[in-house]
Amino acid sequence: MLTGKDDTGARRQHAAPLLEMRGIQKSFPGVRALRGVDLTLGAGEVLALVVENGAGKSTLMKILGGAQRPEAGRIFISGNELAIRGPQDARRAGVAVIYQEFNLVPALGAADNIFLGQELVRGAGRLGWIDRARQRQQVDQLLARLSLSIDPLVPCRELSVAQQQGVEIAKALVAGARILVMDEPTAALTAPEVEALHAVIRDLSRAGVGIIYVSHRLEEIAQICHRVMVLRDGGNVGEAPTAEVGRADLIRMMVGRELTEEFPRRHVRPGAPRLVVEGLCRGKAVQKVSLEVRAGEVLALTGLVGSGRTETLRLIFGADRRWAGRITLDGKTLALASPRGAIAAGIGLLPEDRKTQGLVLGLSVRKNFGLPNLPRLSRGGFVRQGEERRACTEYISTLQIRTPSSETAVRTLSGGNQQKVVLAKWLARGCEVLLFDEPTRGVDVGAKVEIYQLINSLAAEGKAILMVSSDLPEVLGMADRILVMHDGRITGEIPDAAHATQEMIMELAFA
Amino acid sequence: MLWVLLGLCLLFTVLTWSEQHPSGPAAADALAADILRQCGKAPRVLVAVREQPDDAAFAARVATRLAAAGATVVEVVKGEPRDARGALERAAAGGGLECVAVNSASAEWLVFADLARDYPALATTKLLQPKSYFWPNFLKRENLLNIANQISVIAILAIGMTMVIITGGIDLSVGSLIALASVTAAVLVRDLAGGVEAGPTGMLLAGLGGIAVAAAAGAFSGLMIVCFGIPPFIATLAMMLVAGGTASLLARGESVYQLPDSFMWLGRGADFLGLPNAVVLMLLLYFVAHVVMTRMTLGRHLLALGGNREAARLSGVPVSAVVLLAYVLSGALAGLGGVVMASQLKSGSPNYGQMYELYTIAAVVVGGTSLAGGEGSMLGTLVGALIIAVIQNGMNLVGIESYTQRVVLGAVILAAVLLDRLRHRNWGG
Repeated sequence: MLTGKDDTGARRQHAAPLLEMRGIQKSFPGVRALRGVDLTLGAGEVLALVVENGAGKSTLMKILGGAQRPEAGRIFISGNELAIRGPQDARRAGVAVIYQEFNLVPALGAADNIFLGQELVRGAGRLGWIDRARQRQQVDQLLARLSLSIDPLVPCRELSVAQQQGVEIAKALVAGARILVMDEPTAALTAPEVEALHAVIRDLSRAGVGIIYVSHRLEEIAQICHRVMVLRDGGNVGEAPTAEVGRADLIRMMVGRELTEEFPRRHVRPGAPRLVVEGLCRGKAVQKVSLEVRAGEVLALTGLVGSGRTETLRLIFGADRRWAGRITLDGKTLALASPRGAIAAGIGLLPEDRKTQGLVLGLSVRKNFGLPNLPRLSRGGFVRQGEERRACTEYISTLQIRTPSSETAVRTLSGGNQQKVVLAKWLARGCEVLLFDEPTRGVDVGAKVEIYQLINSLAAEGKAILMVSSDLPEVLGMADRILVMHDGRITGEIPDAAHATQEMIMELAFA
Repeated sequence: MLWVLLGLCLLFTVLTWSEQHPSGPAAADALAADILRQCGKAPRVLVAVREQPDDAAFAARVATRLAAAGATVVEVVKGEPRDARGALERAAAGGGLECVAVNSASAEWLVFADLARDYPALATTKLLQPKSYFWPNFLKRENLLNIANQISVIAILAIGMTMVIITGGIDLSVGSLIALASVTAAVLVRDLAGGVEAGPTGMLLAGLGGIAVAAAAGAFSGLMIVCFGIPPFIATLAMMLVAGGTASLLARGESVYQLPDSFMWLGRGADFLGLPNAVVLMLLLYFVAHVVMTRMTLGRHLLALGGNREAARLSGVPVSAVVLLAYVLSGALAGLGGVVMASQLKSGSPNYGQMYELYTIAAVVVGGTSLAGGEGSMLGTLVGALIIAVIQNGMNLVGIESYTQRVVLGAVILAAVLLDRLRHRNWGG
């Protein structure tokens, strides 16, 4: 839907950038993902987009790709305002988004995937006879241009990641894309493949295609991008030509909010080591991770999204099978082949996404609360429902969970209260080790402070707490000690969190 | 869904509202008393009915009662109108008659249409029959028991199916497992327990054997689903073919009917308050299943893992074991259904249970259980099964033939689920 804008549009025509986004806003329950983002992209420009949190990044990409609609803001392409109502509009306007998860039909070959939905037809128009010869000819040209040597008839599921990415790019080019958005395109590539991809990007850039290159890899950004733009907390924090920004500048931009009074202080002297993890491995995600958490200690595990923090917690909890590594709790080695075993050993996990992993949304507060506690709350296979109701009501009042009753479906509670229900599950279980994965994500400020106080009082009881968080002020405010991960490895430890700075963490996170 | 059931019951109550002609012993006693009251102390009475066991029993009872009270029963005619004519002529020639006792069928005979004109000697003779009244055929006791009895097998299967569907799965093999279990039990009785001479212990063990085979089949499907990630639809579809074929092989394609009469105790007996044993069994199982689903950890685990498998697993629910158990129970209950059916029909046959998986799934879904899993109740399923039974029975009573019945049944199932969907619309978004 291209609509020429009268006065502003006319003025814009002269030096109109290829893409201009102004004041883009979007929020979700509990999160303001984008609060008025501005972005410009010139023809042939490669723009590095460095985004501090995951929600903002994916939302911005989805808005460009037409998968989501902004609540406010305007988008101009070559000076014409564009109303993107759906993916077709984006495609027609020449925008193509390549997500980390590719959108290819696994059973179809490269040729069919490239022309999917834009098949070349012959004969009297719309009968749908595919002109295979012409398609094949175009595919061969494209593949040659992208230096891809693949058989266009081999099903895409048999191609390597780099080859699939090439097919995605080819698909975008066939659709006539002038703006190409790539999300962490090198995350799963080998060094030579990265080189090849960069060659393709340079070629496209020379041909006038504007490219938004979303990445955290500073070396790559320096090599390939003309300009870098940083988003944090859903807003712009800065942009500059790549040549003019150093590593230190970027880190300063990524580091945001100062410490405030929202973090209640506690006075605990950590005791003996309780949870000890040695040489934990699983593929590329987690490589030789070792750590120990002491009694009464809050250990923060941080790093950028995708650095292996969540995966580490899941391995400790037995949610995924570890390939190697030893876990001991209070000196006893644990087999931990399943969450069931971990729970029995006294480990609780507050998962990253409470809606898909933490709660059964259709069940009541009481039944969710009871789930890990059934062994204690049942006799001979019968649930002692009175006992369960009493215990649940008690936790509802101590954690101040705002719910009409223990029989309300958790679906209807707010994010913060849902999170407290997950917490209540584990507190009632009497876990000795608590693994918190982003404990305050999507939680309002009031509930956040309550959760922090809870974490502190658990530590004061001598429990071992391992917390994963992307929120640097939270990490600094809550942790006694900080471990930073990058690409599946622990890249550094900050033993004294009280004297750490956000810059120190970011330095380690970018490795 | 309870309202749908009640609405259907009301509908068929109205549609089957009709004149009832009692014909039992109570009706015979009432008629005898009526005759004595209307025709004086010692009347001369002719009893005339059709030649049928029920009618004959009625006639005999009326005659005995009258004789005991001092009346003279000149003749009891069991046969056709011309037999009655002969009797009337003899009576007219003889001592006359005060009364002819008939039932609703023989009252229609033309011989009795105008006694005063045809037989002047019998001008004062009264024609008396039991008093009729109005009552819906649908609500007659035997009809209601019939509904419960007919649905008992499907309702028993639906218990296991509800558990499986709550886990987010499906079990297409239950119909074939009915056949397999019925044949297994019948063959065991025939070959090992002594055939028509079999004793209760032998029959009990044979029945348990049938159930065990079906449970093993369910366990096999469950293992395929849990250990190898085969979609439930495929795993149980395969089991449906395997079990059906095995039943035919085992029975050599024929019915196995070398069973003692006492084998029918489970399916046709009625030992408790006049309720058929199969219905008592069904109600008992529903009670247990309801308790399991609402009070026991197993029920809680089923609902939790059906609602969110990952969250349940991360909360320590033994997901694989519970899913496996659901398929084992579904198989075992299908086996029990097969044994009940063999008992009802006094034979085991590889043809039993065809399409039962679909009626069972329909009962579960009409009962409000979500095919997406995580939601459902046993009482809902029982209501769903009864809805299907009432529709079928009601249409039979109203006289709708079977092809039309299927069309209506399909439409009603769709409508019931649609109604439920609309009610829950604010949920799905």
